[in-house]
Amino acid sequence: MALLELRHLTRRFGGIAAVDDVSLGIEAGEFFTLLGPSGCGKTTILRMVAGFDLPDGGAILLDGHSLADIPPEKRPLHTVFQSYALFPHLSVADNVGFPLRMARVPAAEARRRVADMLDTVHLADKADAYPHELSGGQKQRVALARGLVGKPRLLLLDEPLGALDHKLRSAMQSELIALQRNVGITFIFVTHSQPEALALSHRIAVMNAGRIEQLGTPAEIYGHPRNRFVADFIGDINLFDAEIVERAQGTLQFAVAGLGHIVAPTVDSPGRRGVFAIRPEQVHIIAADAPTELPNRFPGTLREFLYVGDVTTYQVELDSGVRIQALLPNAAPARPQLAAGARVAVAWAGDAGLFLHD
Amino acid sequence: MTRERLTRWLVAGPPFVFMVVFFVLPALIMVAASFRIPGEHGGLAPLHEHGAWQLTPETYAFFFSDFIYTEIFLKSFLVAALTTFLCILMAYPLALLITRVPKRFRDVMILLVVLPFASNFLIRVYAWMIILGPQGALSAAVNRVAGAFGLEPVALLFSPVAVVVGMVYVHLPFMVLPLYTNLEKHDPLLLDAAQDLGANAWQRFWRVTWSLSLPGVYAGSALVFIPVLGMFAVPDILGGTGDILIGNLIKEQFLGTRDWPFGSTLSIMLTLMVLASAALAMRLARRSLAHA
Ligand SMILES: Nc1ncnc2c1ncn2[C@@H]1O[C@H](COP(=O)(O)OP(=O)(O)OP(=O)(O)O)[C@@H](O)[C@H]1O
Ligand SMILES: [Mg+2]
Repeated sequence: MALLELRHLTRRFGGIAAVDDVSLGIEAGEFFTLLGPSGCGKTTILRMVAGFDLPDGGAILLDGHSLADIPPEKRPLHTVFQSYALFPHLSVADNVGFPLRMARVPAAEARRRVADMLDTVHLADKADAYPHELSGGQKQRVALARGLVGKPRLLLLDEPLGALDHKLRSAMQSELIALQRNVGITFIFVTHSQPEALALSHRIAVMNAGRIEQLGTPAEIYGHPRNRFVADFIGDINLFDAEIVERAQGTLQFAVAGLGHIVAPTVDSPGRRGVFAIRPEQVHIIAADAPTELPNRFPGTLREFLYVGDVTTYQVELDSGVRIQALLPNAAPARPQLAAGARVAVAWAGDAGLFLHD
Repeated sequence: MTRERLTRWLVAGPPFVFMVVFFVLPALIMVAASFRIPGEHGGLAPLHEHGAWQLTPETYAFFFSDFIYTEIFLKSFLVAALTTFLCILMAYPLALLITRVPKRFRDVMILLVVLPFASNFLIRVYAWMIILGPQGALSAAVNRVAGAFGLEPVALLFSPVAVVVGMVYVHLPFMVLPLYTNLEKHDPLLLDAAQDLGANAWQRFWRVTWSLSLPGVYAGSALVFIPVLGMFAVPDILGGTGDILIGNLIKEQFLGTRDWPFGSTLSIMLTLMVLASAALAMRLARRSLAHA
């Protein structure tokens, strides 16, 4: 049985569904992420799970029991707020000890657990400091420690890394993974940053306008987006309107707007119209006259490229006028030395890319 | 650098001069007066007379010679403490309520709190004579209840109860305003966080709201406690003959018995005590302010 189960969860604000018939199950020990653009209902789901907001429909079950009649303070789960919400009048140790105090844990045991927890988040030397004396990353760790020290069944994290700068954010991501593994507490993590979701999660629910668009592992979501929204939202991707012309052994022939006919992997579900999606890293750039065994090959002109240190992205305008993006690691031995305006060709394998129904 | 210093002096200068002329000098005059000898018809006797300086610490000895003065001081402190306590008790829920009502009602409620200042202070205190008076509905109601329990009828007016009621009434806004200013700044998310971490309604109030509001409580207490200590109008109007407080005692020395040196001594004692309690309040406040 799933640890937490959402069944047809719905919440409306003034007739508009902020959360629309969401059903999912989260297993014990899982690092589960709700990912989606701003306003898609992530916080609303967390608030309902924590008990601060009541569903208009559906149910929330913990260990198979409905949480409907349980007030927030009695639910065996804690929240890490985006703005941390540390108590300004309490020291770090007292902040972390707060849930233990509320649970009437004996003082000696509470002190020991607080000290252990502060050790775990590398804040042992800040026990007597007050929140206003801490840096953003330190506050973040206090908030995490405070959420974890009471050993909740579930920890809800609402964009906990949102306020940190890029470097600190990466560091905290690694710490978060290690921490979750160590304490073994189930995490529900909310973010609108897809690299963060891919890096941290066991499973991701991609949300849009209150609904779940796709639920799966990071590899499934990235490699096999189920529709145009997910494909577009997760990472960079080239999207072309396409129509199936012919199904043949393991591959399809498509008529793709601006490309003509291409060969692409087959799809199980029927339907003729949709989008062809291909990741920039699956698109190769080769010299205009170079031979290739790749079945899909189109000549064009290099328009722009963007050097971002580890990789370079290329914008190629095909002779049909369509633009396509390709990405090459800068360490690749075969990286062509190209200037804008150069004649090139793009090519990709017959099993690269995806056909998505609209 | 010099310009900066000049600006600083220009800004700080006038208030500084004002404080020296109207606060430090009078205080020193009062200290000097407390060691002098009362004049035959009030005021002060000449400083140099019969070939000797006429200075004596007699008034201080006199203060401690009769326990009645210490008693009046103690009673005044009691009234001030009780008034402060009752003000906190009444102002806190009100201030909390004001922070929780929709924004457009807030200004109206604050206006209502300070509205009494628009009418004369003495008139408002006199109004309480009517409310508490023997013909008043309040008296009748209280005595009906007292009668039901087989108690003798009581007079509300001209009693310590009337004094405290008047004091609380006059000073309540001075407690509401600093409390409101403080409570309004609290981040509501902290209450959610506390509840999320297992705090019930009482624990949320006590560990978050109340703890965070202590600076406001201290500020309001100072604004109520200190003026109540020196107030003479309320006991004069609403109190009985036995309900004399420090303020009345001092006023009596200057306007009644015309014993200026003793009046000065009483004033100095009062000032010292006020300073001591203000210092205490500030220490408490600073401790809780440091982390707010
Ligand atoms: N209390 C409320 N009253 C009215 N509308 C609300 C309320 N709370 C949320 N909404 C609406 O519900 C929708 C979802 O909001 P929610 O806060 O869950 O989004 P989110 O996914 O957390 O977005 P973000 O990434 O910006 O935090 C939004 O359109 C928001 O305007
Ligand atoms: Mg949100």
